[in-house]
Order: sequence, then structure tokens, then C-alpha cells
Amino acid sequence: MKRLSRSRRIAGAAAVVGALLATAACGGGDSGDEGSGAGFNAAVKGVAAKSAKKGGTLKFINKQEFDSLDPQRQYYGFAWDFSRFYARQLISYTPKPGNAANELMPDLATSTGKITNGGKTYTYTLRDGITWEDGSPITSKDVKYGIERIWAKDVVSGGPGYLRQVLDPKGEYKGPYKDKSKDKLGLKAIETPNDKTVVFNLAKPNGDFEQMLAMPTGSPVKADKDTGAKYTNRPFSSGPYKVQSYTPGKSLSLVRNSNWKKASDPIRPALPDKVSVTFNSNLEAIDRLLIKGDYDVFLSATGMTPSGRNEALKQHKGNVDNITTSFVRYVDFTTKVKPFNNIHCRKAVIYGTDYKSLQTTRGGPQAGGDLATNMLPKSVKGADNYDPYGILKRGGKPDAAKAKDELKQCGKPGGFSTSIVARSDQPAEVEAAEALQASLKKVGIGLNVEPIQGSTSASITGSPSVMKKRGYGLSMTGWGPDFPTGQGFSQPLIDGRFIEQTGNYNVSETNNAEINQYFDDALKETDPNKAGAIYQKMNHKVSDLAVQMPFIYEKNISWRSSRLTNVFSSAAYNGRYDYSQLGVVK
Amino acid sequence: MLAYLIRRLFAVVVMLLVVTLTTFAIFFVIPKWAGADPALLFVGKQADPAAIEGIRQKLSLGDPVLVQFWHFVQGLFVGRDYASGTDVTHCPAPCFGYSFRTEQAVWPQLTDAMPVTLSLAAGACLLWLVGGITTGVVSALRRGTLWDRSAMTVALAGVSLPIYFTGLLSLAIFSYSLKWVNVDYKGLGDDPAMWFESLILPWITLAFLYAAMYARLTRATMLEIMGEDYIRTARAKGLRERVVIGRHAMRSTWTPVLTLLGLDLGALLGGAVLTETTYNLPGLGRLAVNAITEKDLPVILGVTLIAAVFIVIANLVVDLLYAVIDPRVRLG
Amino acid sequence: MTDLTKPSGQPGNGDLPATGTAAVGEVAAAGSPAPTAFLEVRDLHVHFPTDDGLVKSVDGLSFRLEKGKTLGIVGESGSGKSVTSLGIMGLHTAGQYGRRKARISGEIWLNGQELLGADPDEVRKLRGREMSMIFQDPLSALHPYYTIGRQIIEAYRVHHEVTKGVARKRAIELLDRVGIPQPDKRVDSYPHEFSGGMRQRAMIAMALVNNPELLIADEPTTALDVTVQAQILDLIRDLQKEFGSAVIIITHDLGVVAELADDLLVMYGGRCVERGPAEKVFYEPQHPYTWGLLGSMPRIDRDQTERLIPVKGSPPSLINVPSGCAFHPRCPYAEVPKDNITRTERPELTEAGGGGHFSACHMTQEERTRIWTEEIAPKL
Repeated sequence: MKRLSRSRRIAGAAAVVGALLATAACGGGDSGDEGSGAGFNAAVKGVAAKSAKKGGTLKFINKQEFDSLDPQRQYYGFAWDFSRFYARQLISYTPKPGNAANELMPDLATSTGKITNGGKTYTYTLRDGITWEDGSPITSKDVKYGIERIWAKDVVSGGPGYLRQVLDPKGEYKGPYKDKSKDKLGLKAIETPNDKTVVFNLAKPNGDFEQMLAMPTGSPVKADKDTGAKYTNRPFSSGPYKVQSYTPGKSLSLVRNSNWKKASDPIRPALPDKVSVTFNSNLEAIDRLLIKGDYDVFLSATGMTPSGRNEALKQHKGNVDNITTSFVRYVDFTTKVKPFNNIHCRKAVIYGTDYKSLQTTRGGPQAGGDLATNMLPKSVKGADNYDPYGILKRGGKPDAAKAKDELKQCGKPGGFSTSIVARSDQPAEVEAAEALQASLKKVGIGLNVEPIQGSTSASITGSPSVMKKRGYGLSMTGWGPDFPTGQGFSQPLIDGRFIEQTGNYNVSETNNAEINQYFDDALKETDPNKAGAIYQKMNHKVSDLAVQMPFIYEKNISWRSSRLTNVFSSAAYNGRYDYSQLGVVK
Repeated sequence: MLAYLIRRLFAVVVMLLVVTLTTFAIFFVIPKWAGADPALLFVGKQADPAAIEGIRQKLSLGDPVLVQFWHFVQGLFVGRDYASGTDVTHCPAPCFGYSFRTEQAVWPQLTDAMPVTLSLAAGACLLWLVGGITTGVVSALRRGTLWDRSAMTVALAGVSLPIYFTGLLSLAIFSYSLKWVNVDYKGLGDDPAMWFESLILPWITLAFLYAAMYARLTRATMLEIMGEDYIRTARAKGLRERVVIGRHAMRSTWTPVLTLLGLDLGALLGGAVLTETTYNLPGLGRLAVNAITEKDLPVILGVTLIAAVFIVIANLVVDLLYAVIDPRVRLG
Repeated sequence: MTDLTKPSGQPGNGDLPATGTAAVGEVAAAGSPAPTAFLEVRDLHVHFPTDDGLVKSVDGLSFRLEKGKTLGIVGESGSGKSVTSLGIMGLHTAGQYGRRKARISGEIWLNGQELLGADPDEVRKLRGREMSMIFQDPLSALHPYYTIGRQIIEAYRVHHEVTKGVARKRAIELLDRVGIPQPDKRVDSYPHEFSGGMRQRAMIAMALVNNPELLIADEPTTALDVTVQAQILDLIRDLQKEFGSAVIIITHDLGVVAELADDLLVMYGGRCVERGPAEKVFYEPQHPYTWGLLGSMPRIDRDQTERLIPVKGSPPSLINVPSGCAFHPRCPYAEVPKDNITRTERPELTEAGGGGHFSACHMTQEERTRIWTEEIAPKL
């Protein structure tokens, strides 16, 4: 039942063109040429081309539009990374390579939060010299007003609502546009005793509060510069750059904000004079233009096309980084759909799966990622190499004997049949589901691949009753954390109290008291390392329950132009380069 | 004639209204039955019920469908306001609403994109008509020769090769490798030379696909017409062969070509989507693709309506042209 | 009687004794000096290569025609009569594209000029001016997208360097002459706005606009109503008198040419089987095929139900022409001559009955006269 999807045909055509080009470009070319870049994985191993040289234009190129420039409305990872150019928060991520980036450090604030009241009160003092692009100082009221905007869910839509949930879980506040108070600062949970102090009062403790505050939703907005829904077209800058012009779908350009003071900002070196983003609808063309040297970075960093990747690795390996994202590709078992209510049937699938073939559908070890052994990606504290099913030991190959044994214990010695949901607009998911279908067939498990529209997934995989009614036992999916902690990554997926009737992400419908308790314990913990230790136990328990079957820790091939300086992959930004740190040689 | 025109224009208005209603229903009503609330698309990843309700109110999605449709049509003619508390956005007529994603009014996006697509379509259309018809005529007149066979082979390739392939290949060869042409689009008004240069490859790519069909059609028609009695009559008058072909035979090829053109102009947006995506032209096709991937309903609705207007007008023009070309056709 | 010289390899029936008949009769062999007749066709062959083989549409045809005279060429469809007329007009070579061109040999002399060997452009200049043609179906023969006037004007201006205004006057004049009412208005009408008869009149006007000396009418009335047929034939006759042209009328219907033609030529399978002055061919026909044609001629004085004695069988293949006499498979008298000669030997055109009357039949003249007078004529 192999269908040749449109995208696969396109990919085929692209591959042919790419091959033609590769031969045309260098007449066969000697492989292993590092090119003029700083070296393969230079920005993964450390900081590539360290430099403090200022000037020049940093040129991004992208296919996808920004979901928004409005910091309170952004949810795309690349938009979060990019918004640090013009939006600051009380605290932010450390500009260091790898997992060190996940450490939070003060940005607008003088230090990280002073936690009192049993973990329910966070107090911050603002730095001196922090200014808006019109030169006026950034005050505690601006911080409060900015965060209040998240409550105006119909106007300032799209962004994450974590702060709303921890500060006003009952939803009493209606947002600044419906705020009856004169200064529009009616949110009770945030206090601004003076212009320099902000106090947050949480409904109950949450050890990840600062993680939530570090997201762009925590950015200040100056009330009299707030244009509501249209703020996205021209956000008012608190960072080293301001928007010069923005035409969605065409281009964006940032120029220096002359009122930003370097001394007030411990994070941003602000090296380039200008930052530009050009949008191009053709991924192949984007790769060509990057390789040609017209642009520096692929903004969304979702990996190169197969043909671009091929040429880059063959002829310009020194410009390539094989970055690890925080994304995990996995299969959910619907434990409410028979026979996956029985752990042995779930384990039979895990043992019967050819992980290697699933990895291949995602692009192999380099472009796809490493074989996953458990759900937590390495950038999250608490992650380890726990591998109860010996996936690495058998090199990702299936273990038919064990699978049969589990089937027997499950009471289905002859195997069984079930369905797997895969999003048709994510062709790789359908391919992976088909690969799974092929490997499970060998142990007697029949799999029916059900492609669904991505846009309807909220009402299919997101609806336990629909999953049960249609008998979808498996769901092919992927997940990346909004913030790099066990709560940020795992809680929506596995905490039983997060099961929703629509828009549900706990597709396995796991409601395990032990797991739920781990989350409660970890949230009370303000020390990330201690919380990490709890999440480690939580993660082991998830693996033991066999309710999810992760198979890939995602990796991407990323292009780093020869002009770029100060480049490194940041775990805080899903493996993307920390854009605020980049510079260019002229 | 005038009565016919008035009647047709009336039909056009009715048709557009039906298209509007249908499109509106497809995007705002049917998804609801399937459980996909448009408000859900607007709200983003974290959909809490309060947020969805707020958006529903702001976009008046809670109203009965006909009321919503009325608001939409009203917006088209007199504009409308979107309000939530103190945040009021006025959308002047013709109001196609605001993009879910970019908060840009849809109408200016459409008017920005339209000239690009029209540039692409007009140039490509001219090119494929001239190229296709010439090739077809010459092939017909030299039927069975090497020229004919190679032209028809190329035409077959043109019909079968996807724009993605021809587009990427020509982009790779002429723009990246040989660096003959720059493909950064500029508006005709901004930089005519650059406009022309940036469109050469897209024109050729799009025209190649269609020229092939026109070459084959023209060839077949020409072969048929050259056997017509009136061609023999023209020769019997002592006309030069050039005149026989140019004045008598060519004249008759226009009717089938026009018929095909009428159909193709309607389907052109499909070709424009691929061409614009490949060459990064900021036209309607690309706008549509982006809107669809972003599930940006107001923009999709806008592009659909513009495309419908375009198709309906193109059909009207084609019908009028029939009467101009063929005196046997009487409008009425 | 002159010596016959057959062209090498061509078993033609084109070389015949001269008898001095006005229009049809003595025709010189191909290669002979220019004739004195207005139109003389010598040993014309028109062959078309096809995938199935060579189609010999006309295979050795000769005749002559004087000015002011009318020749009727009669035969079934596929007998080669239309191909002959197109051959005279030079329309087999004009506009033939690709590799499969008609192969034409022989000689066509018009007014002392040989046409087959002439420069095609010279022949083109003669078309429409010296010789013009009326076609069977005026609806398909007129361009649907141009007005009648425009098409006549075009025909006039190809050969006359005059303004459109002058040409238009001429067109109106001609339309008036052929009997189209309100010609100054109808000149701007399109063909589809005319009735069938009107269209043919317009077609005739177009053919006569340049005062041609030779007018070829290919089945001019076949596509028309019976009532209109007579009018058109009358018109052709009147116009011939007025313009003094030579006229060739091609038809499958002997009735059409009965009143009109001075001479008749009967064609079968690309060849001439009988020819001579019209009254001779009509009243003393010398070929069984002509008898068949006469028998299938509709006549007003005969009962509708039993009026036709059709020629049995179907026309011969032009690729594999039957051996011997091409008509023998359909001929009721094929067994009359001895020794199977009708199957083995092709009959030559020989003078029969005198007065320029020729026939290609193996039967002796006595046999033919007897059969005609005793068996055929009484039934007609």
C-alpha cells in the first residue's frame, strides 16, 4: 500500500536537480573537503569563530513566516530565539553552548528572583539604564503591562499561557483592553511597589516559574505604545535592535536601537549593525542561496533539504553543524484501546519494532537523529540513558523472540491488528508509520495506517473518545519542550490530570498516581538539579509502563555561513544558534 | 448585445455571491461539523476554553452562520470593526478580514500580490500562445518531419514534467550556475528592468508547461483545418500559401485555442502556485500556499474569492471573444 | 489516323486516333508539340502514396476542350473525376506538406502553356484568373469567419491591383449578376446567413470575378435542393454564354450534364472508358458502365419505385486495380468476349460509331449495339 506522495515526488525531482548541480558545481568534487567554514560541528562542540568584531549585516533567510513579532504572541521556536534582538525579559537564557544555555540568568533584572512565601512569591529589581527605543526607562509597570497582555486572549492570541495559569488559574483577570482600572494594571498577582520592583504572587508554588518568565511572553510592553492586535507589525524595542521595516512573507529588517545601552545588558553583544530576514518560498532555493553565500543562517533551522544536505556535506562540510534538537519522535500507545490496555501487548510492539528503519525514514542518524531509548531529551535535567528494552544493545533491530513472548503473555500468541494515526501533512510521519507497519507484520501484528489532516489532529488524537471510538491504538507524533524541564517537556504528555476531552496531549491517557506525584514533588523544588532527580525517576517509570515508544532524538543538518562569528548551538533554543550572539565578518 | 452583457454581469454577481457563500461555508462552517473550530486555529497551541470563547466573540464566530456571512458581505462593501475592549481594529471596505497569523488586513495583501501574479500570468500567457501556436503550426505544416517529431517530443516533455522540476532545473542552471539572470522580484513600477529579468525564468517555466499543450492542440487543429474545403477554395483563388495559412487557416485555429485558454486561465492559479513557490515570487499563489500551511482562513478565503472573480471574468471575456472571432456565434 | 506512341511503361489509354471532333477526340501523345486546343490533357497520372500502397486515382487520362464548349466528366465517386479537376487547377501540389506528396505525370496544356512542368507560382497566378473552380458544398467551401464580400474581394484583388472599394463594387456587380437580391447589402453577410442556393451563387460569383477562361464546376448542384439545382445549372449555362468560358462540369449524375454538355467523358477506376459528343454518348452509349449510369439516372417520367437499374457491386480499389478490364468484376457482359480476354487484357479506347465517339470495351461494336438496342434501351 505504498503511496507516492506529492512531497515525495517533489523531493525526488529536487534530488535529481541537486545531483545535477553537485556534479556541475565541482565536476565530481573530492569528498571530505571542509570548504572555508570553521569546521564540521564547530558550533556544536563550542563557539565557532569567536569574535567581538562589530558591524555588517547579519542575513537570515527563511521559508516560514514569523507566527508573530509580538513577544506575547510568539510560539515558534525560531521566533523566540530571534525576538531576543528586540525584546528583553527579567531573566533569560545564558549565552553559552549546549545545555549550559538552559541556566537562567538575569536580563532586565539585577538578579534571578528572590523566592519567598514558600515558593509562591518572586521578587525582582530592575537594572539601571534599561531603556525603550525612545529612550524612556523600562519600568516595573511596563513589565507588568506586557505580561498582562497574555490575558487578552482574543487580541494577543497565539502565545503560551503558562504565566496565566500560574498567576491567575481561575481566569479572573480579563486583560488590559477590558481593564477598568485607570492605569490598566488591574492584575492582582503582579505588584509594582515602585518603578524598579516587580513582585509575582503565584497561586501555588511552581519551581519552573522562572522558566516561564524567561519566555518572550515575559517581555515588557510600554502601554502607550501598545497597538493591540497590530503590535505584531511593529513591536516597540527594549533590546539592541529595532524594527526598521517588516513586510510579512517578504522581509524584515532590524537596525540598531541607539537608545539601548550595552552596559545595561549582560547578554547581548549586539555585533552586527543590521539584521535582516528574507523570506523565500522555495526550500531548495534557500539551500542554494546559503551555499552560495548570499545568506548566513536558515532562521527556522529545521534542517536542509536532502539535495542541499548532500552537497553541503560533500563539499562544504566545514560549514555544517549536526545539531541536536530537543525534539523527540515517538509513538503513543492509546492505553484505553484494546489490546494496549495490556502492558505486554505494548511491550510486544516495542520489541517488534525495527527502530533502525524508523530512523531511516526520518533521514538517518545525521539528518534524522539518534536512536531514542527513553522519552526525555538530553537537554532536559533528569535525562539519562535508561534503556529498559535494550534498544541500543540490539542496534535498533527488532527482537522477534521477545516480541512473541510478550504477545503470549498478553494472551495474543497469534498477534493482533490495530491502527496507527499519522499526520498526512507530515509525510515523514506517514513514512515512519509505514515502516512500523512493515516491521510489526513480521511478528504477527497487523497495522493499519490512518493518515489524518494535521489541522484535525486536535479533534482526533486530541480527543480520547474519538481515539477509542475509532480504535486507534497507536499515534505517530513528535514533541519538543516549551521550556527545558521535566514539567515543560513531560507534564502535558503524561500527567493524568492533563487529560483533556479536546486538545489532549496525553494521548496514552496515562493516569498513574506515582507519576502524578513526581510532578507535584518536582514543582515544589526550586533547585533545578533536585527537580531533575525527581524527573529522572518519573521518566524511568514512564519507560517501565511502556505507554510511549520514543525512537528518535532529533538531529538536524544546519548551515553556518563562512561570514558568521560567535556561533554556537543553544539547548535553550532547541539546538538553534543563539541568534542574539551572532556576528559577521564584513 | 447590451442586454446580453447586462444579463451576463448579473449572472457574474450571482455566481460570485454563491462562490463567496460556498467558500465561507467551507472554511467557517464545515470545519465546525468536523470538530475543527476556526477559533481553535486562531488561538494557537495552547487552547484554553476562555481564549477560544474570546476569539469567537471578537470574530463573531458564535453568531448564526447567515449572520456571520452577512457581516462578511457587509465588510466587503462598507467595512467593519473588530473590537475587544479598548482594542478596536477598523477594517475598511473592501474588508476581507484580518490575517489570523500576521494581523495584516487581507485586502492590501491581495492587492500587493495581484500585480505579481498578473505579471506572471500575462507574460507567460503571451509566451505560451506565441510559442505554442507557432510550434504547432510549423509542426502541422511539416508533419512527419524531424522538426515535427522533435517539437512534439519536447511538447510531450513540457506537458509531463512538473514545474518543480523544470523550475528548479532552470533556476539551478541559469541563475545559480551560469548567473545569467537574477530572480529577485521587483515590481514593474519600482524597477522595470529588474521586473523583466526576474520574471524571465518564471515566464518560461510556466509557459513551457502550457505552450506544450497549445502546440499539440494547434498542430492537431491545423492538420484538420488544412484539409477543410475552404482552404482548398483559398488556394483555388490563387492566394499565396503564406496568405492561405496566415489568413485562412490560422483564423480558424483561434476558436479551439480560445476554448482551451478559457479553461487554462481558470486553472492558471494552480500553475502560479508552483511557479511562485519555486521562484519565490510574492504573488497570489504563494500567498495562498502560505495561508494554507498556516491555516490562515481569512487569507485563504480572500485568495479564493479573487481567484473566483478572475475565473468568472476570464470566462466572460472568452465568451465575448468567441463572438468576435466566430461570426456564427451570436450573443443572446 | 496517326501512329500511336505509348509512353514507356505506361499502359495508358491516352493515345488515340485523331478524328477532328470539336472538343473531344484526337489528343496528341505526351511530349508532342504544343496543341492548338484551349485545354488539352495528355496522359495524366495522379498517384498518391499511402501506407497501404499506391493509390492510382487517375491513371492515364487524356482529353481536350475548346473555348466556349462544355465538357461533362461523369463517374462514380472514386472514379478520379475530382482528382482530375484538382490536377488541372494545380491543387495537388499546392499546399502539400510533409513527405507524402501526390505524384503527377503527363501534360496539361492551357492556352498553349504547359502547367505540370511550370513554376508553381506561375500556376498559382493562373488559378482564379485563367481558371477557376466551383465546389460541391458551398457551405464548407466558403470560409465561415469572413463575409461573402470579403472573400470575393480577396479573390479579385489577388489578381488585380485595385483598391478595396473598386473590388467591392466588382463583388456587388457579380453578386447582382448571379441573381442575389440586394447585393449591396448581402455583400457584407457571412456564408451561414445565406441559403444553400444563394451560397452556391455567391461561390459562382467568386469564381467568375476574374473572368476566367476555364471554369470547373465540381458537382455544383449535389449539395442543393432539387428545385435549386436547375436554377444553378441554368445560371452556369447563361454565364458561359455571356463569358464565353470553357466549362468542365464534373458529376456522378448524367442528368446534370444531359442538357448542358457538348461532350461527355465517362470515367471508371481512374481511366476514361467512353467519351464523345454528348448526344452520341447518350443515345448510342458504347460501354456497359455507361449503360449502368444511364440506368441509374433518375427520370421524371418513371415510377419512383422501379426507376433505377443500379450498377451492381462497388467501385474498384485504386490500389489493386482489377486485371484486364477494370470494370469486368461488375460487368454483366464480361463473358461475351472470348478467351477470358476481359480478365487478362486491358481494353484500349477505340473509336466506336464514328464522330469522335470512343469506348474502351472488348466487345465488338456489333455486340455492343445489339445488347444496347435489344436489352438495355427498352428498359430505360
